[in-house]
Amino acid sequence: MIVTKNLKKSFGDHMVLNGINETIEKGEKVVVIGPSGSGKSTFLRCLNLLEMPTDGEIWFEGSNITDKKADINLIRRKMGMVFQQFNLFPHLSVKENITLAPVKLGVLTKEEADVRAMELLKRIGLTEKADAYPNQLSGGQKQRIAIIRALAMNPDVMLFDEPTSALDPEMVGEVLDLMAQLADEGMTMVVVTHEMRFAKKVATRILFIDEGEIVEQNTPDKFFDQPEHPRLKEFLSKIL
Amino acid sequence: MKQIGLWIENVYQSYYDALISNNRYLAYLDGLKVTLLISFFAIILGTVIGVVVAIIKVTAINYKIKWLSSICNVYINVIRGTPLMVQLLIIYNVIFTSRNTNEIFVGAVCFGINSGAYVSEIIRAGIESIDRGQMEAGRSLGLNYMQTMRLIIVPQAIKNILPALGNEFITLIKETSVAGVIAANDLLQQAQYVGSRTWVVLPPLMIAAVCYLIMVMGLTKLLAVFERRLARGDRH
Repeated sequence: MIVTKNLKKSFGDHMVLNGINETIEKGEKVVVIGPSGSGKSTFLRCLNLLEMPTDGEIWFEGSNITDKKADINLIRRKMGMVFQQFNLFPHLSVKENITLAPVKLGVLTKEEADVRAMELLKRIGLTEKADAYPNQLSGGQKQRIAIIRALAMNPDVMLFDEPTSALDPEMVGEVLDLMAQLADEGMTMVVVTHEMRFAKKVATRILFIDEGEIVEQNTPDKFFDQPEHPRLKEFLSKIL
Repeated sequence: MKQIGLWIENVYQSYYDALISNNRYLAYLDGLKVTLLISFFAIILGTVIGVVVAIIKVTAINYKIKWLSSICNVYINVIRGTPLMVQLLIIYNVIFTSRNTNEIFVGAVCFGINSGAYVSEIIRAGIESIDRGQMEAGRSLGLNYMQTMRLIIVPQAIKNILPALGNEFITLIKETSVAGVIAANDLLQQAQYVGSRTWVVLPPLMIAAVCYLIMVMGLTKLLAVFERRLARGDRH
């Protein structure tokens, strides 16, 4: 579904991604972990071109999206993204946050979008917040609404950029639960996170990125129980 | 006691002469009209220029119009780096050389060009004060750059822009008092004219000052109403 070929990204002289070749299949739940500054967020942000790769190609659903002729706005409709800082639109109500993009892009009519928004809100148990504004919500509520805002576009893949890192500890669970539900339903997911328990439970594959390269990847069991690369061993010994 | 009575009578007489005798209040009204017309059209022109320049400067990174952005920078630097009265005289003498020019029109153009530079910086700063994540969130949903600007960034930026813009308009109204140098008969010119007739300078100036004060206070009220309306989203 997503293929990166020799993906490179540098900011000035600073090389952040040093040639990443990776294939993510439909239905996979790929968790990306690594030390801070390793390039894992940059990797994720390159996938929907929030960061323009310096070199290499990214293919999504059979087309080269790094090609100059590719319409990135159309492609992004199919790639939902969830941010560390939620990035809800503070001047719009919760419902408007969810319906804005589908309606303005002509994917759904206003009525359809309203119905869809209420369905999604019902699913996360926040229907009563439909007319509230983002700054009336807790962090966990904001992030769950950010997730369903992305879902309202019916994406084929969801990208999560450290979705629980800005949350108070007691709110992490509700967000991870929603993500686990999505995973169960078969959503293709790429998740950058520090939540190792989530990675163990939900991931089909874990990538360890360090210094701009995928150093090791494996199934969750093997990844945690039989790490091979010394840098991964060192990383795991620090966090577990 | 008698002296105080005499003084009050004197003051009353001088203000009576400055305002009522020979229908002199008509002179102030004429001046007020000129000041208001120059201010009004200058605000409109300044806002139009400011919005255009701000859009060019903000979007220049995304499109290949760097040279346009450079022109805008020159404009802003020149206007902000030279005194208003010098600009006024230069524009009046160089561009509008014909003797039959309409001073209100010239004034509005001069003050509008001047104000545009400040307005553009106010708008640019307002747009750039919005968190980068808002643009990223909009783009990640598939909205294009302009849609994200229009639907997400600008509506939030307006709340930051409006108070500073109000200040700029207030400054502009007061600055039109130098329009006399291009022979416009604005409020201050008319007040000085009355002073030259009555031989008492202070009362007409005080009257002019009160007029400016009332105009500015009116504008302040108006802006406060706008701001309150825009702030509704924040109060929750």
